[in-house]
Amino acid sequence: MSDDMDFEEGGTVKKFMFVNRKAPYGTIYALEGLEVVLISAAFDQDVSLAFLDDGVFQLVKGQKTDGVEMKNFSPTYRALEGYDIEKLYVERESLEARGLSEDDLLVDVQVMSAAEMGDMMSQQDVVISF
Amino acid sequence: MLHIVNKSPFDTNALAGVLRVAKKEGSAVLLIEDGVYAAAKNSATEASLKAAGMPVYVLQPDADARGLQNRLMDGVNMVDYGGFVDLVAGHDNVQSWL
Amino acid sequence: MKFSIMVSEGPYTHQATDSAYQFAKAALAKGHEIMRVFFYHDGVNNGTRLTVPPQDDRHIVNRWSELGTKNNIDLVICIAAAQRRGLLDENEAKRQGKNADNIAPGFRISGLGQLVEAGIQSDRLVVFGD
Repeated sequence: MSDDMDFEEGGTVKKFMFVNRKAPYGTIYALEGLEVVLISAAFDQDVSLAFLDDGVFQLVKGQKTDGVEMKNFSPTYRALEGYDIEKLYVERESLEARGLSEDDLLVDVQVMSAAEMGDMMSQQDVVISF
Repeated sequence: MLHIVNKSPFDTNALAGVLRVAKKEGSAVLLIEDGVYAAAKNSATEASLKAAGMPVYVLQPDADARGLQNRLMDGVNMVDYGGFVDLVAGHDNVQSWL
Repeated sequence: MKFSIMVSEGPYTHQATDSAYQFAKAALAKGHEIMRVFFYHDGVNNGTRLTVPPQDDRHIVNRWSELGTKNNIDLVICIAAAQRRGLLDENEAKRQGKNADNIAPGFRISGLGQLVEAGIQSDRLVVFGD
């Protein structure tokens, strides 16, 4: 990416959080959001992902998209570790409200309470929501 | 942190998310676009907004556009776009609850 | 203060781009700098020069062009999102073998790295979407 090359700024590291509150497939936000997350890995920032409300549906196991002829991008969440993106935060209340538990998710995450999530958000420099 | 909500509470759970998750200390809520409907007097959301534990701001041009100017609950603060800018500048960080 | 803005929705259907524009104008009036406006998701549609709204309505595309040119704001359309939705600049049209391009004056097409970079280099990044 040529536009990434000209960025040399003596190691500014900011805390970036990408907030996901929408389910996959019904709208494109989850997929295009993930594309930003992958690009952000090239900038050596302190990146985290937050999943709350319907955003937790992005992480459920067993997504099969053959019938809708859309790309199943859920395996990408498992690939994030390879990009050194390891901070995946999931809000417990959102999971439970949807009848889900950590066992239903396709990737290792840190499940936290709403208050802990709020704390985490308040510590960020940049919050990008999709 | 400045929490921006642009959806009616009768349509999405964005405001509910802020009220559930936001760290109250140092935070404020700014209602813009259809988010301003949350601040209507006698609405079902009035009580939860009053109990928010954070200052609540309403973007006046959006409230005016929706005919809410004389029907807003007590205790909310009106701002124009310049006030919106001041709120963003005056908080360490900002989150839009899309 | 240095601001950047992300616009995630197209013109007319959602108010997001109007709110972003009014915010940018107000910030400039207060002596702040708008470094970059990054158009993502359907927001890329704010940058097509083929937009012809009715005469008694605001011209959202021209308004951005003018604000950007006058105030030296970097108006960036995400290339991946743009290609999905049929927005091409001259170079890209050539490369893709298309016989037309449609980017409005003052806008440029570039990669997602520009969004992350805006987050790093600005004091605040404000997201306007749905």
